[in-house]
Amino acid sequence: MASRLMALWDWFDSRMPSVAEEWRKHAAEYYAPKNFNFWYYFGSLALLVLVIQIVSGIFLTMHYKPDASLAFGSVEYIMRDVPGGWALRYIHSTGGSAFFLVAYLHMFRAMLYGSHKEPRELVWIFGVLIYLTLMGEAFFGYLLPWGQMSYWGAQVIVNLFATIPLVGPDLALWIRGDYVVSDATLNRFFALHVIAFPLVLLGLVVAHLLALHDVGSNNPDGVEIKKHKDPKTGHPLDGIPFHPYYTVKDIVGAVVFLAAFAVVMFFVPEMGGYFLEANNFVPADALKTPAHIQPVWYFTPYYSILRAVPPLFNSQFPGVLAMGVATLILLFLPWLDRSPVKSIRYRGPYYKSALAIFVISFLILGYLGTEPTTVWGQFGFDAFFLDTREIATWVARAFTVLYFLFFILMPWYTARDTAKPVPERVTS
Amino acid sequence: MKRLILLLSLAPALALAAEAGFRLDRAPIDPRDLASLQAGARTFVNYCLGCHGTQYMRYNRLADLGLSEAQIKDNLAFTADKVGDPMRTAMGGKEGKDWFGVAPPDLSVIARVRGADWLYTYLRTFYRDPNTASGWNNAVFPNVAMPHALWTLQGEKALEVTRTKDASGHEIVGSKFTRISEGSQTPVQFDATVRDLVNFLVYAGEPAATSRKRIGIVVLFVLGVLFVLAYALKKEYWKDVH
Repeated sequence: MASRLMALWDWFDSRMPSVAEEWRKHAAEYYAPKNFNFWYYFGSLALLVLVIQIVSGIFLTMHYKPDASLAFGSVEYIMRDVPGGWALRYIHSTGGSAFFLVAYLHMFRAMLYGSHKEPRELVWIFGVLIYLTLMGEAFFGYLLPWGQMSYWGAQVIVNLFATIPLVGPDLALWIRGDYVVSDATLNRFFALHVIAFPLVLLGLVVAHLLALHDVGSNNPDGVEIKKHKDPKTGHPLDGIPFHPYYTVKDIVGAVVFLAAFAVVMFFVPEMGGYFLEANNFVPADALKTPAHIQPVWYFTPYYSILRAVPPLFNSQFPGVLAMGVATLILLFLPWLDRSPVKSIRYRGPYYKSALAIFVISFLILGYLGTEPTTVWGQFGFDAFFLDTREIATWVARAFTVLYFLFFILMPWYTARDTAKPVPERVTS
Repeated sequence: MKRLILLLSLAPALALAAEAGFRLDRAPIDPRDLASLQAGARTFVNYCLGCHGTQYMRYNRLADLGLSEAQIKDNLAFTADKVGDPMRTAMGGKEGKDWFGVAPPDLSVIARVRGADWLYTYLRTFYRDPNTASGWNNAVFPNVAMPHALWTLQGEKALEVTRTKDASGHEIVGSKFTRISEGSQTPVQFDATVRDLVNFLVYAGEPAATSRKRIGIVVLFVLGVLFVLAYALKKEYWKDVH
């Protein structure tokens, strides 16, 4: 039997040797630094979530109806009448949030260890493009259950485009395909969600991985392992083949991740309203605006930025612009960062504090985005000169400024920072 | 004019209810209590289904509650010929809108929108109000279009708004229910009836909820075993990495 299989493989390999070649190039003979730590699980986990989303999405598509009068009911049909349908739906909804959680931690890892820096600028850029595509993918997908939050969330986001001077209103109309979010919008969002954006996403993931494997992985020390190769074998001295070492290690990470995933999807699928919002169990109603419209948690930092920027000449465009810049500015990170070292281990106090302030800003903006702007105004008194109902807005403004200062001042503080000497080889 | 004054005098209490939210009682529901779920289903089809459907729920799904198809067909399936039909209301949406101003919403997932505590408190806090079209008002949902469907059970109550001043002169607006007439159930019995009804609505909101938790425990156990194996494998492979 074994020899038969080997013969079959030889037959295949002699006709299409590129399969074995690619396997060697990207797994068996891809040398990764041996000192990957906890933060290095999130890349493979992001890939795992992508697979989970595609597979669960395919099955959901078999039962979902992209029609304004049927969509809401078809989701409930999946939840009740499709065998295992509730599991499919919760896998997909939990997966959506998990994707962003994993992506955020993965991006934070890059900022920790300087994975965006030369020679990995392209890896970072493809990564940011994946993140932006993911945002679009999540936005289109969120309309599909056709609940109140789906509907009004889409209404708000599409109206953001309407604020763009001159072309805005026409652009919004073009996106919606109607004067309000309607069946036409649902249909096109379905098409974009199930085929267009996943294709782009897959293409970008391939580009991200190819770019990574061309330059090699960074590591917690931020040293280039290719500088010290074994003269006999030509392999990096601090590198180990991705397969089997990191495949078996990532399996451990995947199992732990899946356990956390299972806890959410089987026991708290709504995650206290953060993953599935209560208001989204009300069917979409174009005539009833909910009192409090908020995006899902992964968009809330940007939503906070949007709300924090005051309107100019009665136009919300400055806020929209700020929100757009807040995401696009990530693309320039490799060139804003002038530090001679990569890893946080050898960076000076400036970058360490700046990164800490940035993370805190991101989290506070994220929290404020889930609450009404009056969240800290319930005390009913005026503090000094400030209307307490505005406290949250002012806090959001302050942290919006800090968010941008992290990037804008980066060329200055990273160049002036006191770097520690970087070791020649990895330390652990 | 008199009506307006009355309305204005009620306004603070209503504003209180609407803004800060009437304090909700905790619903003592138990999704594993089949007797309670069956009682809730009975109350639902007798008192609610006339106006509200749970159209995403099929009658035969009630087998989850330990009922046979024959029991469901004979005792619960009032709005369907076949036991596999959805639990639709007999009332059309247009009629509902004509009669109540808004069509009574479908209640399939109402428990997921409002939560059990809200429903439990809402269904117990209807009071008589001569100023509304239905003659009823609600402390949790001010000026709700729905009349008190369970009033023959609970009896009638009135809401009395009390105003007191605290030591520093701030006005405290409180509210108190006073009884107008008795219902066929005692307050304790009525609370139990609503508890069962809410229990049923929570079940109807997600019939798979109970089995999902059961499966979840098995999945976590399997992942636990897998973790031990995966970890041992990783350790074995990484022995030679220094």
